[in-house]
Amino acid sequence: MNQPQRLTDHSLELMLGSLLRWGVILSAVVVLAGGALYLVQHGMDQPDYHNFHGTQSQLTSVTGTAREAAALHSRGMIQLGLLLLVLTPVARVVLSAAGFLMERDWMYLLITLIVMAVLFYSLTRIH
Amino acid sequence: MNILVLTILIWLGSALAGFLGALTGLGGGVVLVPLLTLAFGIDIHYAMGASLVSVIATSSGAAAAFVREGYSNIRIGMFLEIATTAGALLGAFLTTKVSTGAIGVIFGLMLIYSAYVASRPQPEIAPSPKIDPLGASLRMNGSYPTSKGPQSYQVSRVPAGFALMFGAGTLSGLLGIGSGAMKVVAMDQIMKIPFKVSTTTSNFMIGVTAAASAGIYFRRGYIEPGLAMPVMLGVLMGSLLGARVLFRARTHVLRWVFAGVIVALGIQMILHSLTGRL
Repeated sequence: MNQPQRLTDHSLELMLGSLLRWGVILSAVVVLAGGALYLVQHGMDQPDYHNFHGTQSQLTSVTGTAREAAALHSRGMIQLGLLLLVLTPVARVVLSAAGFLMERDWMYLLITLIVMAVLFYSLTRIH
Repeated sequence: MNILVLTILIWLGSALAGFLGALTGLGGGVVLVPLLTLAFGIDIHYAMGASLVSVIATSSGAAAAFVREGYSNIRIGMFLEIATTAGALLGAFLTTKVSTGAIGVIFGLMLIYSAYVASRPQPEIAPSPKIDPLGASLRMNGSYPTSKGPQSYQVSRVPAGFALMFGAGTLSGLLGIGSGAMKVVAMDQIMKIPFKVSTTTSNFMIGVTAAASAGIYFRRGYIEPGLAMPVMLGVLMGSLLGARVLFRARTHVLRWVFAGVIVALGIQMILHSLTGRL
């Protein structure tokens, strides 16, 4: 009785697994492209990571990062790649919600929506 | 030292950490922050930001291979992610309330603890006599492939596991790590979930947990692109390579050596924190 449901779960998991892998590949490519440009432009500069003063403010918001990346600024491109990476597990949770909806598993749809709400709160809250 | 040289050194160090972490199953994430702060003198907040995004990269990169084997349990993972993501929010919130020295001491203790957990032998646990009916109502019970065909399992002590997962999430957000060791303990030791199901499900959960605190780290400027770039690319490459070599290597001695390195880093973190040098 439990068997068909498990099969659906497994194919859902396979789909989620490949989503994660492609998300990582995409973000690594973007980070690599931005990183290469960054080293060409700033490789000879002196780093300043010893004291914390926070990344430049444009790169601490989604819209600012998108703007910097669209202008092909190297640091903005890296940050966009990292943002894509952070969004990859979020996409996994969204897709899981769709999967549970298709399985008509209302309890797990609710559980997934709670996790989604926590993630969206973290990503969108103005701090 | 200019940015180019520093980037190459950090990339090499991160690749080595990811490689050894995957090879020994101890995870590369835990040694990144000590490596960046102790060896490169980088501020701990930047180090935590770089470490956290790398954790997402390695867990997501490994997930595709893990699910194919059919061990991970999506329901257990999703239910417990309520606890880990809520904990991660709390942990990320606490990073501004807790002093750098205190973060360093907690980090050191966590390193020593995770080395201890990882160096214990992991016997296949016998089915627990006390099965939690909550696990059945939450449809968490499942089966996993063995050489003798599918083996079913049932979960125990769901509330205790849930509570420990909240703690694992808090540490993840507070320290910028995946806290995979603690997640495995919660599932394997507390909830009596088979070890392979625990480790693969934990890997799935690590990325979602880290994403919950990454949003806050990002807004606070902890994620510095120039630094996170070599760390993320290095750890990702190292861990993928380590996972490939894993099937052909005898890792017993290496596990002990790496566990020893982690303990040494833990002691260093605590000493540096107590003397205000972090």
